[in-house]
Amino acid sequence: MILSEKHLAFREKLKEFSDNVVAPRAKDLDLNSEFPHDLVKKMGEMDLYGLFVPKKYGGAGLDTLSYAIAVEEVSRACGSTGIFFAAHTSLAVAPIYQAGNESQKQKWLIPLAKGEKIGSFGLTEPNAGSDASATETTAKLVGDEYIINGTKCFITSGHVADVIVLTATKDPSLGYQGISAFVVEKGTPGFILGKEEDKMGLRGSITSELIFEDCKIPRENLLGEEGDGFKIFMQTLDGGRISIGALALGIAQGALEYAVKFVKSHSISNKLLSRQQSIQSTIAEIGTEIEAARLLIYQAAELKDAGRPLTKEAAMGKYYASLIGMKATNTAIELHGMLGLTKEYPVERFIRDEKLMEIGEGTSEIQKIVIARQILGK
Amino acid sequence: MDIIVCIKRVPQTAEADVTIDSSGKDIEKDRLSFDMNESDSYALEEAVLIKEKFGGTITVISLGHQDTEDTLRIALAKGADNAIRIKAEDFDELDGYKTAQILKSAISDLNYDLIFTGCIATDDAYSQVGVTLAELLDIPHASLVINIDTSEKRAHVHRELEGGLTEHLDISLPALCTIQTGINEPRYASLIAIRRAAKKEIKVIGKEEIEKENLLLNTQIEELFIPPKTKEIEFLTGSPAESASKLAKIFKEKGLI
Amino acid sequence: MNFELTNDQKMLQSEVRKFAENELAPLAPEIDVSGEFPKESIKKLAELGLLGIFIPEKYGGSEFDFVSLAIAIEEISRACASTGVIVAVNNSLTAYPILQFGTEEQKQKYLPLLCSGKKIGAMGITEPNAGSDVAAMETTAKLEGDHYILNGTKRFITNGTEAGIFIVFAYTDKELKHKGMSAFIVDRDTPGFSLGNHENLMGIRATGNCELIFEDCKVPKENLLGEEGQGFYICMNTLDVSRIDIGAQAVGVSQAALDEAVKYSKERVAFGKPICKFEMIQNMLAEMATQIHAARLLVYNAAWCKDAGIKRFSKEAAMAKYYAANIAVDVTRKAVQIFGGYGYSKDYTVERLYRDAKILELYEGTSEIQKVVIASELLR
Repeated sequence: MILSEKHLAFREKLKEFSDNVVAPRAKDLDLNSEFPHDLVKKMGEMDLYGLFVPKKYGGAGLDTLSYAIAVEEVSRACGSTGIFFAAHTSLAVAPIYQAGNESQKQKWLIPLAKGEKIGSFGLTEPNAGSDASATETTAKLVGDEYIINGTKCFITSGHVADVIVLTATKDPSLGYQGISAFVVEKGTPGFILGKEEDKMGLRGSITSELIFEDCKIPRENLLGEEGDGFKIFMQTLDGGRISIGALALGIAQGALEYAVKFVKSHSISNKLLSRQQSIQSTIAEIGTEIEAARLLIYQAAELKDAGRPLTKEAAMGKYYASLIGMKATNTAIELHGMLGLTKEYPVERFIRDEKLMEIGEGTSEIQKIVIARQILGK
Repeated sequence: MDIIVCIKRVPQTAEADVTIDSSGKDIEKDRLSFDMNESDSYALEEAVLIKEKFGGTITVISLGHQDTEDTLRIALAKGADNAIRIKAEDFDELDGYKTAQILKSAISDLNYDLIFTGCIATDDAYSQVGVTLAELLDIPHASLVINIDTSEKRAHVHRELEGGLTEHLDISLPALCTIQTGINEPRYASLIAIRRAAKKEIKVIGKEEIEKENLLLNTQIEELFIPPKTKEIEFLTGSPAESASKLAKIFKEKGLI
Repeated sequence: MNFELTNDQKMLQSEVRKFAENELAPLAPEIDVSGEFPKESIKKLAELGLLGIFIPEKYGGSEFDFVSLAIAIEEISRACASTGVIVAVNNSLTAYPILQFGTEEQKQKYLPLLCSGKKIGAMGITEPNAGSDVAAMETTAKLEGDHYILNGTKRFITNGTEAGIFIVFAYTDKELKHKGMSAFIVDRDTPGFSLGNHENLMGIRATGNCELIFEDCKVPKENLLGEEGQGFYICMNTLDVSRIDIGAQAVGVSQAALDEAVKYSKERVAFGKPICKFEMIQNMLAEMATQIHAARLLVYNAAWCKDAGIKRFSKEAAMAKYYAANIAVDVTRKAVQIFGGYGYSKDYTVERLYRDAKILELYEGTSEIQKVVIASELLR
């Protein structure tokens, strides 16, 4: 694929970081379920958290395409680090950048973009997954404060987050219209850390339950207007889909690279695996599908930078990259044979990490409904 | 023979599902595709045919937003020599009268023997701009024109009337005709013409260049809505024999046979 | 790389789309049944400059780029797959190798004829015993005085019955294997050149597909294209470009199938509501749309490489062709599925699209050959 000089140079820089710094940590992070505080800090030093945020807000002043490339490259080595990166940037930095007022940006966007604070996004609830209109967490305005009550689950980085962008409704019976977005800071009384999930993959990332019991936040922590919550998180999710797509893509690319390395160095009956046509066929299929997924995601990124509608393209990118990501990681294991199932080789980690991509930020089924709505025109 | 053709970029709504936007006064245009208004493309073709016969220049002019330049470029590729866009973003609400006033002001400095417009825009269907423009310019006009035969000073035109009637008119130039579809067969732009047109400059003028007096808005849209369904379409399914017998039964019930 | 099309590409797209919808689509079902080559359409396409899309203006072409080629072929194929491949073969399999490898005299003599549609182009690679294995070809060319004497048979030649100019591959020295292969420009009226059987195909039925027979066919020496022994290279280089076309054709056929399916799913009522309200149907439509979008980007990607002057883009071209053909077969299958029994009837367009799609996985390199090309790059 042809990229501009600027993006090519950026990719090179990220590739180096990914290969030399992230990759050596990936296995341990997975085995020990360790949150990568060191990598989180390094990525902040590299200005990766505000790639599409202007410099005056602590960002790098680049674009969404650079961001997609960065997520892809980091995830190529480690899905756990990738999901932290994607969630922090797309789900905390982005909504505050897009919907926050000036003082909110000063207060939260700058430290988030610089990596001084960790961000998180609280949308999903025990009874509201794909259907966000079923949000039950309430926010009642009493005087100058909102009082939040409810439980959020499967929140990436929840336990380590300093700043949480949260959706809550003033009345669950209002559906979408009742939902608003708020910022809650760590340590606010009534904000309780619930259980931490023990997951199949992405074990180096933190997935938490967050509980709010009469949690009082100042009125000025409302993002946008009351009732804007649905609009804000739909926008957030369009961008989020680019990042999850890039994450799925990166994992797929990583799996392909390990598979290529393996088949070029192992033989059967004195013939290199890479010389066998059935294996070539598989490699060609995955390689093509990864390239297609990359084009879909980069195009969605370009649309976002141009300020054009991208709902369909972002959903396509996320759906497709996660679909072919599962195929790529699965095939990578197959090409390794029994060795692929052992922890000696990284490909079994890749498939466990990749599975979340078909589920998080809208399941594939939801993506397909979004796409269908766009092409059916209603 | 110098000809001005007024064109409009309109959404293609024939096969689209049209929905009303949040203002309640316009349709949602995000997912629609846009093209030159149908009768305008016949007006342009008629101008090109006359130019091919008598020489001269064609200027296309459109009151529209930035993307209107795509449509103007297609007109250049099909044979127009100059293109002017009047920035619609400079004028709030528009109706037929105000549009005609703006066009009048924009073309008052241009030379022309003929002005062509389409006879009706497929989006608002007012059929006002052409004839109002002629009145404002104080030149003769003919609407719903289906044939034109021009000499240097006069034009012999046929107008399409209701009930299959055709009216023959002899008008002096300069004059304005609103062109009916079917008068000719609009051509497609060749690739070479497209490539040349893509490089041509489109003159853009704004409110500074337009006389501000008389820019009145005489009509305002109060509400746009999709009429409630009053009747249901019934699809007859099954084999040809089954659906035919269902149809016959309906005809019988309604007393048609 | 820029996903946004340029002004002239957008204009080309909208004009070709309009032309194809109004002029080509109405004829498509007819010529599918009759198998008749759409001569009138080709004349009109020539007038618009679509027979020499990327050929410089000085040779009578339109001087657009390869992304534009892909856009045009997609739009034409969306209306009529037969016409799409006719135009593709004229542009990429005939005009392109002459432009790329021809002498100035050859370019001046042949390119204006091809661009104006005065003569249609065709290319003869495939033989009864040499398909994917190009080097197995048996046709020979022997230099005798001022002429090469060609002997052999070519099969499955698109545009064969109508073409006036053929690019033909033959061995000038069989010993040298593929380094002994050469390419020739052969005029239709060359003595010793005749047409064999007209193929009766499942899809793209109006493409004048036939056999070419060379019996002591005397081709003037100056009609050698490139150098002796350069044939295989010319062939592979040309196929890289034509794979952009076939990818684009596949995208066009797929888009047509999706358009039909979307329209039908809104009209067809089952269980009391339009079938587009059922998530099973939405599911298929979403998959189809995603596949088509991905295929289109892969095709553009290959064309971008070509436009950027990248010499080696075999992988990108093979990916575009392989993927687009693959999804075309799947997308048209799903379209037929959405139509149910009606999709199996010749009264509905999707039946034709389903048949038209299959060839895409076969010609200009089967999917298996594309995968060999892709894998060899990925495993380098």
